[in-house]
Order: sequence, then C-alpha cells, then structure tokens
Amino acid sequence: MTPSAAPACCAPVTTEAPAAGRKVVLVGNPNVGKSLFFNAFTGLYVDVSNYPGTTVAVSSGRMGEDVVLDTPGIYGVSSFNDEETVARDIVLEADVILNVVDAVHLERDLFLTQQVIDLGIPVVVALNMVDEAKARGVEIDVEELSRQLDVPVVPTVAVRRDGFDEVRAALADARQGRSDPQLQERLTALLEHVPTRPEALLVLEGDPFVSERAGHSVAGERDGVYQDRRRRVDSVVAAAVRQPKGRAGFGARLGRALVKPLIGIPVLALTLFAMYEVIGVFVAGTVVGFTEGTVMQGYVAPFLRGAIEQVTGPSGPLRDILAGEFGVVTMTVTYIFGLLLPLVIAFYLLMSVLEDSGYLPRIAALSDRLMSAIGLNGRAVIPMILGFGCITMATMTTRILGNERERRIATALMAFAIPCSAQLGVVVALIAVAGGGTMALAYAGIMVLVFGLIGLALDRVLPGSPTDLLIDLPPLRLPRPRNVLTKTFRKTWMFLKEVTLYFVAGALLLSVLEVTGALVALQGLLAPLTTWWLGLPAAASDAFIMGFVRRDFGAAGLYDLGLSSTQILVALVTITLFVPCIASVLIIMKERGKLFTAGVWFASVGLAFFVGGVVARAAGLF
Amino acid sequence: MTLLDARPDTPVRILKIDDDRARAQCVRFGIGEGTIVESAEKLPLGPVLVRHCRQEICVGRKLARRVLVENVVAT
Repeated sequence: MTPSAAPACCAPVTTEAPAAGRKVVLVGNPNVGKSLFFNAFTGLYVDVSNYPGTTVAVSSGRMGEDVVLDTPGIYGVSSFNDEETVARDIVLEADVILNVVDAVHLERDLFLTQQVIDLGIPVVVALNMVDEAKARGVEIDVEELSRQLDVPVVPTVAVRRDGFDEVRAALADARQGRSDPQLQERLTALLEHVPTRPEALLVLEGDPFVSERAGHSVAGERDGVYQDRRRRVDSVVAAAVRQPKGRAGFGARLGRALVKPLIGIPVLALTLFAMYEVIGVFVAGTVVGFTEGTVMQGYVAPFLRGAIEQVTGPSGPLRDILAGEFGVVTMTVTYIFGLLLPLVIAFYLLMSVLEDSGYLPRIAALSDRLMSAIGLNGRAVIPMILGFGCITMATMTTRILGNERERRIATALMAFAIPCSAQLGVVVALIAVAGGGTMALAYAGIMVLVFGLIGLALDRVLPGSPTDLLIDLPPLRLPRPRNVLTKTFRKTWMFLKEVTLYFVAGALLLSVLEVTGALVALQGLLAPLTTWWLGLPAAASDAFIMGFVRRDFGAAGLYDLGLSSTQILVALVTITLFVPCIASVLIIMKERGKLFTAGVWFASVGLAFFVGGVVARAAGLF
Repeated sequence: MTLLDARPDTPVRILKIDDDRARAQCVRFGIGEGTIVESAEKLPLGPVLVRHCRQEICVGRKLARRVLVENVVAT
C-alpha cells in the first residue's frame, strides 16, 4: 500500500526515499536540539504519524531528493522502551545518520555516536551548542574529534542555525567511522546467523526483539560490549576535549536549587498555581465561554442544525441523531472546537514550555517519592497534571510511562479520581454555592484520600513493581518560542487526528441511547439508589447519567436542584468518581483494551455510589 | 555502603550496580562500575542526585539502594 492510499488517521510514516535520494535519519540524546535541525531541513510540510504498531510519534519530511526522519531522543540504540524500539528500527533502515550531539555533554552523547559507528552506518556528527560549551569553558578540538571518530564533525549552534549549510554539505561525505576491529571481527562471525551487520551488533548486545527477528541470540555480552565502548568514548573525549575546572554556571546552580525541597516545593506550588490561573480560570472560563458559548452554541451549532433540518425535517430520529441534544454533528463540533481545542492548545503550550525549559524532569524528581507509593514513578506526574485538563489527552500521554503496569495505574487513577477542567469549573462554582472554604477542603480531602487509596490498592493488586526512576536532568534553558509553538501545533494536530473519530462515535452512541429511550430507562434504574442511598432528589440521577456524555454536563445539572451544602458535597464526590466521559472511555479502550475499560467503568460506578453514600452517612444526613 | 548512604556533596566510586538495565543505562550516561561521581543531593525520602561531568542524574531511591559505592579520599 502506498502511503497516500491510507486514511489520514493511520497513514504510515513516509520512510521511502525516491530512487535518487537517501534516507537521512536524525539521531541524538533527548534535549540536544534535534528537532531544530529537522524543522530547518524539512520546512513546514512534514508528516507526523505514529510509527506503525506503536504509539510513538515520528516526523518525516523532504530535503530535496532525500527523506529526513526525526527519531525520539535516545541514549542508545536498543529496546529499553518504546522510544528506543522505534528509533532502533528507523536507524536500522537509514542510509545516512545525522547524529546531533550536545557539545557540553560529550561523555554522554558520544556513546550513542560510537554505537552508531559500530553499527556500520555512514554518519555525520553535528556538534551542537558549541557556544554554550565555550561559555562553560569546555574546549573541543573539532579536527581531533573528527580524526578520532573518523567521521565528519560539524560545529553548530542550532538555535541560530549556525553551521546548518555545512551539515547539509557534509552529508555527502558521511562515513562509517572507526570501530573496534575486534568487535567487527565478532560481528563478521555472527553474519553466518544474522542477515546484516547492524543487526549483528544488536544481537551481540542482547537486544531481545532483534534477536528474535533474526532467530539467533547471544547472551551475556552486553556489559562487555558496553564497557569497551565506554572506554573508547572516554579516550576520544580525553584526546579531543579539555574540561574546565571551576564553579557551575547560573543555570546549573538554579537547576540544583529547584530540586532542593526547600526551594523546589514552593516553586512547584507556584508553577501549578500559575497553570491553574492560566488554564483553569482564563482558558476554561473566559476563552471557552467565548468559543463554546458565543461562537459554537450561538452561531455554529444553530447554523448546522438549520442546515441538517433542511434535509431531515424539524423532527424524527435521524434529525435527533445528527442534530439533537447529543447530535453527532452539532455536539462533536461544539465539543471539539468550542471546548477541547482551546484547552488542549493551552495545556500543550504550557507543557512544551516546561519541557523545553528542562523543568519537567525536576518536577518528576520531586514527586518521585509520592508517586512510588502508588506504584508509579516521578514521570507519571506529567499525565496526572494533564488529566486536570482533559482525561482523554492525559490517557494518550500515559504512553511515556515505563511499562504497561504503570500505564494501567495512571489511566485508572485519572479515570476514577481526577476531575477534568470542564468538570472542575462546575465543581468550583457549586462549592462556592455550598459555602466555600470548608466545603472545598472537604471535597479536596476526600478526593485526595480516595486517589491515594485507589493507588495503594492497585499497586498491591497488579503484579510487578514500579520501575525505578533513572533520568538525566537537562540543564535549564530559556525555551525558544518558535520551537514551543511548533511542538504545540504538532501535538494538538495529533490529538485532533486521533480523537475526533472517537467523539463522533461517542455522540452517535448517546444519540441512539436517547432516541431509543434507553437513557431514560437508565435514569429510572439509578433513581432509587440516588434517593435512598445518597439522600439526593431523584432528579440528581439525571445529572449522573449526563456524566456519561461530559463530566461537566453532569455537574451542571446539579445547579437547579436546590441542594443543601451536604447534599452538594455528596453529589460532587459521587459525580467526580463516576465514569469518565464517553470520549475518554473510548480512548481508554483503544489504549488499554476492552477488559480493562469495562473493569474501570463498572468499578467507577460502584466506587462513586459507595463513597458518595459513605460521605452522606458520615455527614449525618440521616 | 550504598549510594543512599553516601553523604551529599562528596565524591564516591561506583563499585556495583545491581540491576542489568540500570547498569547499561548508566554506562550510556557515562557512569560505569569504577567511575567516580559526586553524590550531590538526597531528596527527603526521594531520589538521589548524582553529578558527573556537568550532568545530573536522578536515581530513584530503591535503585540507589542497589548501587554499591565507596568513599574516595580527595587527593
């Protein structure tokens, strides 16, 4: 199948170069500026897709006759995680590798360089951030480095695009470089069992996937190969780099301060508060009020409804399914463009700033202890923060976590106990009605308690143990607006591409339930439980059912019921714990499978009513 | 002693990393068995930060317990 024949949602990454062109693959450690090279070389018209069979996004674009592929940031070619697996498979197919290295951290970055050289693929090294290295007193003899590695080395400053023309020109001179002759002899011997030299290296290093593919495995050699490579890199660095002795720069000192609890925790609290002000108050309130209320519900939805009614007539099942309360056309458009788009853009924008500044890994370090108590590690803080924006978006982000166990815990915790921004808006408003401060504390206290207990329980029940945090804290940098915007645009586009269909499916399902009367029947089923067990008016069950659609619809339905303060607390706790909205349920199903989703769904109905009832009784309602 | 027991802001030599994957990842970062690093910071109940050649590596607490180190006498 040609790439153009596939639908847009799952178009395979363009990896085929035209006959005359080469496949140039960008490789480098995280945070070395790879994407700046990619953006400069390929321009705006790039293709971002999930690598086939995985959930890792890969960008590809054209540079003249050549195809350029960007890979996720990695420290080595192997299969320690999804990013590495994807990078590995792309690297194995490369004609030329452009390896971007950070001049300040050559000891670390040249390990990957040497591994690529050992793979035997022609390579050019872009020695990036030479300005920063110079400012920090690191002296690099570029010619000596090139001589040692036996590949072209081009000094660059990617943020100013310095050296980019030279890199492009050097691609024609890409060479295989100097590898250890003894290692190469062993690879030659392995070629009896393994088809290609690059694969032979990965088999020797014990890569399970490549070994299985080749039908041949070698055990226990990785440590030795890695240590030899380490020694080789250390000798290259010793020959070509003069290290400074002296105190750390301002960025480094600030970076250190931010992980000291005394400074780190207040700064983190301030950051989260600022995020809440920007996203929770300004975007979720003011911006969404305009885009959803004024633009979508005021103009776009009525216009669409009018157009549909021209065809279907003003009533009937078809009209209801397309343009009714949960109309496939009207609700999807209002929901995605009015509500979600502004929120998702805002979240990705702020996350990109945090990511590019190097602050995000420090948040992970600070929260590692808390997260490990519930079977996660510090990295899980990222989807958790996003969950307060949109559970659907956050569920997709659980892909960054180390293993399926952690992804399950994080997904379940968000589905149960984290209110998304749409819902949070209504919760805050209702708490104000119920009496403010004490209520807010009670609500937050109950939610944190339930969150913690679910986490502890899942950590106990699920087999396995949390993966250990072992991350490199990048230096703090001022984010580049251009890079932040490009990243936000690409991530938002990926999000829309992936979820739109699910929103349509969700709206369709609800419309059918409504037209067939199933929704009313469900409300009838829940009503006795609502009055007897929760002590709420029967009409409150409508609000819970509406939570299927959108969690904020559910909460909004509670406004008009004239509830007492305690009843409001009970209702809010119940509705927050109640099932996630239909779109996130569908995304959870896509990411975690049907069985898991069914488990979470039914458990959250049970949990919501159980905790709600306990709160009602504890508050002495009866 | 383990990395968790090392005093902050002191140089230590890594003797053994008792975890296959972590050992490989550390070698990629530039830290092998025998490398001298600076034990930089211990977050209360949290991870340990290790400094090596202008890099900072954050090592989860449980993993830090499986990293054997010895003090290095400053020369």
